[in-house]
Amino acid sequence: MDGTLFRSVNKFFIIAFCLDIKSYKSFMHRPDSFFLATKMAAPLTLLLIVAVTIRAVLFRSSLAELISARVEVVSPLNAWKRVVEGLALLDLGVSPYSGDVFHETPLMIYLFHFTVDYAEIVFIVTDGITALALYLSIQTYNKDVFRKQKYALESDRYSADCLELLRSPKEMFYIPLKVAMFYLLNPFTILSCVAKSTCGLNNAIIALFIFCTLKGSALLSGILLALATYQSIYPLTLFAPALLFFLQRLYIPVNLRRSSFWFFTLQYAFMYVGSLVVITGLSFFLLGSWDFIPSVYGFIFSVPDLTPNIGLFWYFFAEMFEHFRLFFSCVFQINVFFYTIPLSIKLKEHPVFLIFMQIAIISIFKSYPTVGDVALYMAFLPAWSHLYRFLRNIFLVSCVLLACSALFPVLWHLWIYAGSANSNFYYAITLLFNFGQILLVADYFYAYLRREHHLTHGLYLKKKDGTEATLVLK
Amino acid sequence: MAAHRCGLSLVCILIFSSLAHPSSCDTLEKANDNTAEKRSISEVNTDGSVAGEALNERQWQSTDAEVDRSDSTTHSEALTPAAARDEFQEELVIRPLHSGDIYASFQFRTLWDTDFLQEGQKVSHYRLFPKSLGQVLSKFSVRELHISFTQGFWRTMQWGQPFIPSPPGAELWVWFHDTVSDVDGNWKELTNVLSGIFCASLNFIDLTNTVQPSASFKPLGLGNATDHRFLRYATLPREIVCTENLTPWKKLLPCGSKAGLAVLMKSEKLFHSSFHSQAVHIRPICQDEQCSSKAWELRQTLNVVFDLHTSGQGKKEWSLFKMFSRTLTEACPLASSSKVYVDITDNPEGELFELSPATPLLGQAVVLGDRRTYSVYDLSRAETFGQLRSFNLLLRWKGDSGDMLRPLLHAERYVAGFGLQTGEIHTVIYNNHPYRAFPVLLMDSVPWYLQLYIHTLTVTSKSRDNKPSYIHYQPAKDRHRPHLLEMLIQLPPHSMTEVTVQFERALLKWTEYTPDPNHDLTSIVPVKEESSYFVRVYTEPLLVNLPTPDFSMPYNVICLTCTVVAVGYGSFYNLLTRTFQVDEPSPPLSKRLANLIRRMRGVPLLT
Repeated sequence: MDGTLFRSVNKFFIIAFCLDIKSYKSFMHRPDSFFLATKMAAPLTLLLIVAVTIRAVLFRSSLAELISARVEVVSPLNAWKRVVEGLALLDLGVSPYSGDVFHETPLMIYLFHFTVDYAEIVFIVTDGITALALYLSIQTYNKDVFRKQKYALESDRYSADCLELLRSPKEMFYIPLKVAMFYLLNPFTILSCVAKSTCGLNNAIIALFIFCTLKGSALLSGILLALATYQSIYPLTLFAPALLFFLQRLYIPVNLRRSSFWFFTLQYAFMYVGSLVVITGLSFFLLGSWDFIPSVYGFIFSVPDLTPNIGLFWYFFAEMFEHFRLFFSCVFQINVFFYTIPLSIKLKEHPVFLIFMQIAIISIFKSYPTVGDVALYMAFLPAWSHLYRFLRNIFLVSCVLLACSALFPVLWHLWIYAGSANSNFYYAITLLFNFGQILLVADYFYAYLRREHHLTHGLYLKKKDGTEATLVLK
Repeated sequence: MAAHRCGLSLVCILIFSSLAHPSSCDTLEKANDNTAEKRSISEVNTDGSVAGEALNERQWQSTDAEVDRSDSTTHSEALTPAAARDEFQEELVIRPLHSGDIYASFQFRTLWDTDFLQEGQKVSHYRLFPKSLGQVLSKFSVRELHISFTQGFWRTMQWGQPFIPSPPGAELWVWFHDTVSDVDGNWKELTNVLSGIFCASLNFIDLTNTVQPSASFKPLGLGNATDHRFLRYATLPREIVCTENLTPWKKLLPCGSKAGLAVLMKSEKLFHSSFHSQAVHIRPICQDEQCSSKAWELRQTLNVVFDLHTSGQGKKEWSLFKMFSRTLTEACPLASSSKVYVDITDNPEGELFELSPATPLLGQAVVLGDRRTYSVYDLSRAETFGQLRSFNLLLRWKGDSGDMLRPLLHAERYVAGFGLQTGEIHTVIYNNHPYRAFPVLLMDSVPWYLQLYIHTLTVTSKSRDNKPSYIHYQPAKDRHRPHLLEMLIQLPPHSMTEVTVQFERALLKWTEYTPDPNHDLTSIVPVKEESSYFVRVYTEPLLVNLPTPDFSMPYNVICLTCTVVAVGYGSFYNLLTRTFQVDEPSPPLSKRLANLIRRMRGVPLLT
C-alpha cells in the first residue's frame, strides 16, 4: 500500500510538472510571466507535498473512520459508505437505485468500480488537481485583471485619487499560491478528503470548469459544466457567468438585438446541452434504466432524507407541516437558482466574481451541503484580498465561522451520544453557521461593488459643502 | 432528550431436511396408523422441494413414527369416503412445562367441502364455516390466509418449541390466487376488511411494512405455487392483543362460546397469562388421496401459557377451574370430535405429578420430532364427565420440575452500538445438535427508517466466515417499502452463528413518529426452521431508539430558518437594487416647510 501511495505521489508530480511545462510554453513570449511561473513552481510543489503528507497520515490514522461518519463532512449524497454500498448492491445483482441508500450518478459507480481499491489515492489526486486548476485559473485571472487595469488607466477611466486602489503585480504575485493553499490546507477540504466524500470530485470538476473557462476553451468548459451539472444539478447556474466571460473575452457586447450575441450564446448552450445529453445517455446505456434520474435528482430536489447536515433544509423539513411541504421545498429550491438572474445583470462586467458568488450561494442554500462545498468557495477568498479594506464585519464573521466549526461536533455529541441536549442545539449552530456564511458572502459582494464605485467616482468623496462624505446604499 | 422508537424487524429461520411436511398443527391422533397411508398423505401435502437427507434414527424418530399431527388428521379425513360434508373438530392440549408453567393449546378445525374459487361458482350456503371469512376468501381470491395475534414473547429456552410459533403483535400472510391482477390493491382492501372482522389495527399494514419473501414462505395447503408475487407478508409488532380481539375470534366458532371447549375462554383469565396467542389459518386441502375434490380448512388456534406457580401462592397444582375459572360440561354438539389431551411424556410412572381424574386412554404422537405420550379425555363420551356432570382436570405436582430444556434450535437478536446515529443488528442462532448441521433460511424485514448497509453483512460460525449460499436482498425505499433480507445459511453442528449488519438511524418528519416516541414501541423478529418437520423460530422483538426533533418547535423552526433565508435574500436584494450615493443630510423640517410655503407663493426657495 505504501508502495502504491508513493507511486501515486510520483504520478502526481508528473501531472504537476506537465501542467507547469504547459504554462511555461504559453508564457515563453512574455518574459515577466515566465519568470513568475518558474519562481512559483518550488513553493507549489512544497505545498502539494505537505498537503499529500497530511492526507496520507490521516488516512493511516484511526481518525479516518471517525471523520467519515461525521454528518458535517458527508451527506447522504456523497458519503463513501454509500458508494461502497452501491457497489455491493451491484455485486448482489440488485440495482443500486432500487433502494434509498445510493444516490451517486452512474458514472461515479463506474469510476469507483475500477478504482475502489485505490480510493484514497483517487481522492488525494483529485484534491491536488482541484488546487492546481484553481492555481492556474487565478493566475490567468490575475493577468487578465492586470491587463484590463492597464487599459483602463490608459484610457483614463479611473478617477485620479484612486491610485491606492489599483492592484500591483507585486501584491498579486502570491495570490494563486494562496488560493491553492487555502484549498489544500483548509481543514474542511482535508476532512472531506479523508472522509472520502465524493464532494471532492465535484469540486475538481467545477475547478477544472473554471480553469477551462478562464483559458477560453468554450468546448471544454461546456463539457465540464455539463459534467458538474450531471453530478449535482446546482452548478447549472454557472452557465451564466461562463457565458458572460466568453462574451467579454470575444468582445461581443451583451445586447439582445445583436445576432453575434445570440450566435455565441446558442453555440455555447448547444455545447453544454449536447454534452449533458451525451453524458445522461451514456449513463442510461451503462445501467440500462432511467432509475438514476429520480434517485439522484429527485433526491436532491425533494429532500426526503432528513439526516442532519450543516445546511438549512433538514430541520426545516423535519418540522414542516405536511400541507406546506411542497410549497416550501419549491421556495427553497427556487431560492438557490433565483439569484443567478439579478447577479448576472449586476455583475455582467465581472464574470469571475460572479462565479465565486454563485458557488458560494449554491454551497449555502443547496439541499445537502457539506464542508467540502464550503471549502471550494473559501479557496477564492485570497483572490479578493484587495477588497479587505472595504469589508465591514470580517472579524465577526470569522469568529462565528470558527466557533461554529468547533461547536458542531460538541453539540452533536451532546444530542446523539450524551443525550443531554436535543436537536435544537445542533440546529441553532447550523443556523448560525449559515448566517455567518451569508454575512461573509454579502460582505464580499458589498466590498466588490464599493471598490468598483470608488474606482469610477474617486476614493475620497466630498459632499456638496466640501466636507468628507459617507457612502450609503440608496 | 433522545427519544426512542422501535425498529420493526423480522427474522425467519427455516431448516429444510428430509420429509418437508407442512407445519404441524395441534391435532392429536393415535400414532399407530398405517405407514403407507401416512406416506401418501405426506406426499400430497409436500411443497415439492424435498431434500433427500437421511436422518439419524436414534435421535429423530423413525419415519413410520414420524406422523405430523396435522397429517394424521388429514389422513383420517381422507379415509372418510362420504366427504361431501362439513366437519368440525375441537381439542385442547395441555402440557405442563418444565419451568412450572402450564401451556394450554386450543384448536378448532372446520372443514368446508366446497371450491368456490372455481369460475362462475357462487356460494351462498354456509353451515359450519363462518360466512364473514368465506365471503372474504371469495371476494379477494385468497388462496391461503394466516393471521395471528400474540401478546407476550414465547420463551424458547424455558418452554421449548410451541406447537405453532408466532411473533409478538400481529402477523398476517396471505397467498392470493394467481388470477389476481392487482395484488397490492387486493392486499390493501383485505387488510382493511380483516381489521374490521378482528377488531385489530390491521389497517396499519401498508406498503411500508409489507414484504414479498422469495423463499421463506411456501403455501401450506394444496398447490405448488412458488410465484412469490402472489404472496404478501406483514407484521405489526406494536399491536396490543386484548379482549376486543378475542370476542370476534370466538364468534367464528360454530358453537360460539356457548358450548364445548370454547366455554373455557374467559378473557379475564386468558389475558392474565405470560403468553397469549390466537390465530386463524385457512388453507385448501385435499379430500382424498387422489385429490379429486378439495376442501377448505379453517384452523382456529389459541395458545396460552399460565404462570400458576407465582399466582398460586407457591402451591404447584392446577386445575381447569383454576386456569379458566370454568369447568367443562359438554362437548360442542356440532363437533365430530372433542378431546382434551394432557402431555404426560415426562411423567410415565406418575412420579412428577398426579393427574385426576385418571384416564385409561393414552395417545402417542410425534410432535416436532419428539415422541410424546398423552392422556386423552374424550368429551363426546358421557363417562368423562362423571356423576357431577362436569369435568375438572386436576394436576398436582409431586416433586420439583425437571431440567431446563435445551431447544435444538434457538435464536436471539439485539442491537449493538451506542448513540443515535448508527448501530448494528446482531442475530445469533444456536444449533445445539451435537453432530448435525442444519440449513437455515433467515428472513429479516427491517423498516425503512433503519438504513441497512448490506456491505457490512457478516455471517460467522465458530469464529469463521460462513458464506450464505443464497442471498435475496431488497433495499428499502424511504416511506415506501421495508428492507427484506433472506439468506440460506448452513449451521454447523453444536455451534453459534452470528449474523451482523450495520445500520444508520434516520431522522423522520415530526409527524411520522408514533405517539409518545419517548416511550418505546416494539418491533419484532420472526425466525423459522424446518427439519424432518418444519419449525419456525421467531426471535424477540427489537427495540431501536431513533433521534427525534423537538416536537414543540415547528413554528419556531419555520420562523427561524425563514429568517436566515430572508437575511440572505434581503442583503443580496439590497446590494443588487440599490446604488452607492453620497449621503447628503436632508434639510431640517422647518426649512422644508418654509420651502413648501415659498413654492406655493412662487418666491425663490431657501437653500
